[in-house]
Amino acid sequence: MGRKVLLVEDEPNIVEAMGFILSRDGWSVASHANGETAMDEIRRVGPDVLVLDVMLPGRSGYEILRELRADAALAALPVLMLTARGQEKDRALAEELGATRFMTKPFSNADLRKAVNHIAGED
Amino acid sequence: METRHAAGSLTGTRIRERRLGQGRRQADLAREVGISPAYLNLIEHNRRPIAGKLLLDIARALGVEPGELSGAADAARLGLLAAAAARQPEAKAELERVGELAGRFPGWAALVAAQHQRIRALERLTATLSDRLSHDPQLAASLHEVLSTVTAIRSAVSILSEGGGLDPEWQARFLRNVAEDTARLTEAARGLAGFLESGGAEAGEHLSPQEELGAFLEARGYFLAPLEPGGWAGVEAIVAGAKSELVSAAARELAREWLSRYREDAESLPLPRFAALWQECAGDSLLLAERARVGLSRVLRRAACSGGPATRGLVICDGSGTLTTRRELPGFPVPRFGAACPRWPLFQALAQPGRPIRARLEMPGEPRQVFIGTAIADSRWPEGLGGLPVFEATMLVEADPGASDEAALAVGPGCRICPRAACPARREASILAEEA
Repeated sequence: MGRKVLLVEDEPNIVEAMGFILSRDGWSVASHANGETAMDEIRRVGPDVLVLDVMLPGRSGYEILRELRADAALAALPVLMLTARGQEKDRALAEELGATRFMTKPFSNADLRKAVNHIAGED
Repeated sequence: METRHAAGSLTGTRIRERRLGQGRRQADLAREVGISPAYLNLIEHNRRPIAGKLLLDIARALGVEPGELSGAADAARLGLLAAAAARQPEAKAELERVGELAGRFPGWAALVAAQHQRIRALERLTATLSDRLSHDPQLAASLHEVLSTVTAIRSAVSILSEGGGLDPEWQARFLRNVAEDTARLTEAARGLAGFLESGGAEAGEHLSPQEELGAFLEARGYFLAPLEPGGWAGVEAIVAGAKSELVSAAARELAREWLSRYREDAESLPLPRFAALWQECAGDSLLLAERARVGLSRVLRRAACSGGPATRGLVICDGSGTLTTRRELPGFPVPRFGAACPRWPLFQALAQPGRPIRARLEMPGEPRQVFIGTAIADSRWPEGLGGLPVFEATMLVEADPGASDEAALAVGPGCRICPRAACPARREASILAEEA
């Protein structure tokens, strides 16, 4: 069984491209598009790495991250936060809530691979 | 006060300076304005007071503004120079010699004063735009759409351009994605450009229903002649004729409500009667309401929506304090996003329904701008005794014609763009530096 990455992102074409790139690196990729039910999906999939968009329908990525860090079983899960906003305050908020890494859209495929592998402790 | 007095007492000196500067003889100027040269001489040496018609005549004869001679312009300029110095104390401007600067180098003094005003105006504009960028949900959504689409395109193109060994099925898929996303990006970029070019929320397709109605009313100066008594069109005809402005069904519904109330106001207080009463009551809206036997809120709406230039502003809010009508008066900005200043009589009235509130209000900035705000909150009980009341507060804003040095309540447009750092009602930090 390969390493699992869960992409919580509501843009299907971004999910498809990220999924393709990461699966080529040997990742087993799952995706989920709804913020409201994301926590259930994270618990169900049990990923090794979570890629989490900030702006999601139903619930923001920040809220999901806050709940995730309060859950002992998920507190150590490496999380890569994605956002379309790149202001310092967004980065600060993501770090404060416990994001392992923060990336601003648009990003390159190389940056994505590097970030995911890095937070998985595999680079 | 001292500055004003000093400025006013030198009117004669200014007349003399202007006259000599134009190379004109005292006798010629005196003849032109119909006084004796001896009397003009006394005036020019500040030994006779001058005001009223003679001041206007001399100003006209010299081709200058009366304020230039009376010192009103100087007093305002001195105030601006002092404010400019206070904004940058590190420059150590010789504040005690500001009068000397203005007197000896009027051109430079005017330049510094004008630049100070320009800087303040630009700061306010920047703050307003920044506020819009932070709070405008339409802009945030558009930017998110653009950046997300660019991300998808960039990823797909990157995969496609790697070449060598990409499965044809995947290749077709990513090509299709790029085509889709390019179309989306075009639309998003076009929408964003339209939004920015139109000054943001002025673009019809991006307005909320309330903003659509606001733009519709603003375009007509909040005056609907067809709805005045004896007018030629009804509410439905006006709404139907404005489909290009009232784009959404929700906006048209709001317009129907607004226009129906306008018609009731107009029928209850026809303009000729309103104008006569306004004059008879010397602009006392409460007295007018008593004499006309109508509610004060109707008088306030009528006063602000009776045609002519925007000399009166109107702000209406619901029970939650949300602004539902924003007719701005120059110098009295009403925030489009976020909440307004809690010190406005509008909100004081909302807390005391049925009690009229009137206050002199001072907006931040120079020169000093004072307004009179008159407000009242009404309640309706649409569900009867068993239900809850629905509140609405209405405020009329007028430029204050009174003496400019009378005390006034310090207010602002709204916390985000108000420089009054020490305001006791402050809700959130301002993005402006504190007022000098």
